[in-house]
Amino acid sequence: MRNAFADVIYEIGKVDERICALVADISPAGSMEKFRHDFPGRFVNTGVAEQAMIGIAAGMALQGMRPFCYTIATFALYRPFEMIRVDLCYQNLPVTVIGMGAGVIYSTLGSTHHSMEDIAVAAAIPNMTVLAPCDPLEMRQMTEWCAKNSKGPVYMRLGKAGEPILTGGAVEKFEMGKLRVLQRGVRVAILSYGTLVSMAFEVSKIIQKKLGEPCTVISCHTIKPLDEVGVKNILRDYDHVVVMEEHVPHGGLGSRIKEIAWNIRAKCSLNTFSLQDEFIHCYGSYEELLLKHGLSPKNIANKIFENTIS
Amino acid sequence: MNITDLKSAKNRCRDYRLRILEISQQVSALHAAGAFSSVEIVDCVYNMLMKNISGKRTDRFLMSKGHGCMIQYVVLESKGVLSKSNMDMYCKSEGILGCHPDYGNPGIEASTGSLGHGLAMAAGIAYVEKGIRALDGIIYVVVSDGELQEGSTWEAMMMAANLELSNLVVLLDHNGYQSFGKTSETHPAFYPILEKVSAFGFEVTEVDGHDSNAIYNAIVGRKSRKPFLLVANTVKGKGVSYMENQPIWHYRSPNSEEYLKAIEELNGALN
Repeated sequence: MRNAFADVIYEIGKVDERICALVADISPAGSMEKFRHDFPGRFVNTGVAEQAMIGIAAGMALQGMRPFCYTIATFALYRPFEMIRVDLCYQNLPVTVIGMGAGVIYSTLGSTHHSMEDIAVAAAIPNMTVLAPCDPLEMRQMTEWCAKNSKGPVYMRLGKAGEPILTGGAVEKFEMGKLRVLQRGVRVAILSYGTLVSMAFEVSKIIQKKLGEPCTVISCHTIKPLDEVGVKNILRDYDHVVVMEEHVPHGGLGSRIKEIAWNIRAKCSLNTFSLQDEFIHCYGSYEELLLKHGLSPKNIANKIFENTIS
Repeated sequence: MNITDLKSAKNRCRDYRLRILEISQQVSALHAAGAFSSVEIVDCVYNMLMKNISGKRTDRFLMSKGHGCMIQYVVLESKGVLSKSNMDMYCKSEGILGCHPDYGNPGIEASTGSLGHGLAMAAGIAYVEKGIRALDGIIYVVVSDGELQEGSTWEAMMMAANLELSNLVVLLDHNGYQSFGKTSETHPAFYPILEKVSAFGFEVTEVDGHDSNAIYNAIVGRKSRKPFLLVANTVKGKGVSYMENQPIWHYRSPNSEEYLKAIEELNGALN
């Protein structure tokens, strides 16, 4: 996804001179290098200085530019948190902060490099828009929106590399701020975002084998502002609603959906699957770490299956 | 600067201090002492240095030392950018002006108040001005000595030097006092300042921060293509004897008796 991001930024930067790329010592790969080469004035590397990256981006936005700040998610959001809150959100400036390699995708690098609470942290700030595309196609559409249409700050959570295309045959078109049905099922709906949407499809495959019907898989790419009407409809239209997210249990999508479900006295069963509220010291693969957190297609499918037969 | 200019500057600065004291009587607290140390600095920038030539050069000013904004407000009022009614509503629920500058208010380029934010934003503004648009605008930013203890300020300084922001002029209001007392005692390794700033790639010099002539000459006389920082040595609470270097006046407003004494002192100083 990061390479696709660099491609999009380059393409947009070619036609829009307000687009700037700021990085904090993330080695410029692929098209990011091309951006630096072709538009050197609009590429700024602040070195390992994330507070300066955000502050300088704010100053550039005050001058009418539309900067993108790009580094690993933990360093993009947590380190310069107060600059994001005050310089970007309080002043409501159109700066997009890209948190690359979000969630626990950097499994072996340990929790210093895992952003497990970024959605909660970013979504708590007034004026902030929080996005998490599920594949390179969605990322492209969201990046174009950030470049052209955003009115204020955005935090966009990205994966790392090699994500499959999941939305090629999506039932619904992409629309900013709206839930997007990617695949239609019957009784079970899975709401997810970002990197875990691919696992939602795996869950659906298992359910199909067990129940003879697939799950509805929904990309909730816009986490804030959340499509509340869309969520209410899902909670009313399905018997079983599942939320899957690569994020701690509090302050993410799961808690928002539960809040809405309570408000409308939803009748469906509602299960949320997330990372644990815990720093887990597991230095295996990404999948192994997710499993330690309890996230695997089999675990989730079993729970859904239990609900549907009970 | 000739003698007439200097006299005008002195008169303006006295009037700004008087106006701040007047407003202090509307509210229970305002950062009078911190604003008083910045009076000559802010006056010099707005009234002697900043230029605004339509289409050619737009200079800008950021009060990174947000808690000193009272001086910026009264200067903006004197220029008609802020109205008397804006000032009358200072720190009142229907007004627009609070204890720290808010972006979007007339004449305010950035929201500050949390220390260590203004310099990076000023660097971003200066970079677009010079590095991207090749324009001549100069960005003036007043930082407090407390702010120079924030790591983010030093991050911004390194970048300002990397980006060769010769259009960035930083004015350090070095009053040497912070909440816990005298900085040289509470934080001795804060010194020396000039050597540190110079090592970070700035042209730097030092003046008496209440000497308008010295401030002006140091800034117009800067020589290199580096960003510039002026260490303006000031006195917190300058102009009112009982406020000078007394930490309690960081935030407190004078009562009516103290107010009268302060006016008397300020009016007397020029006679």
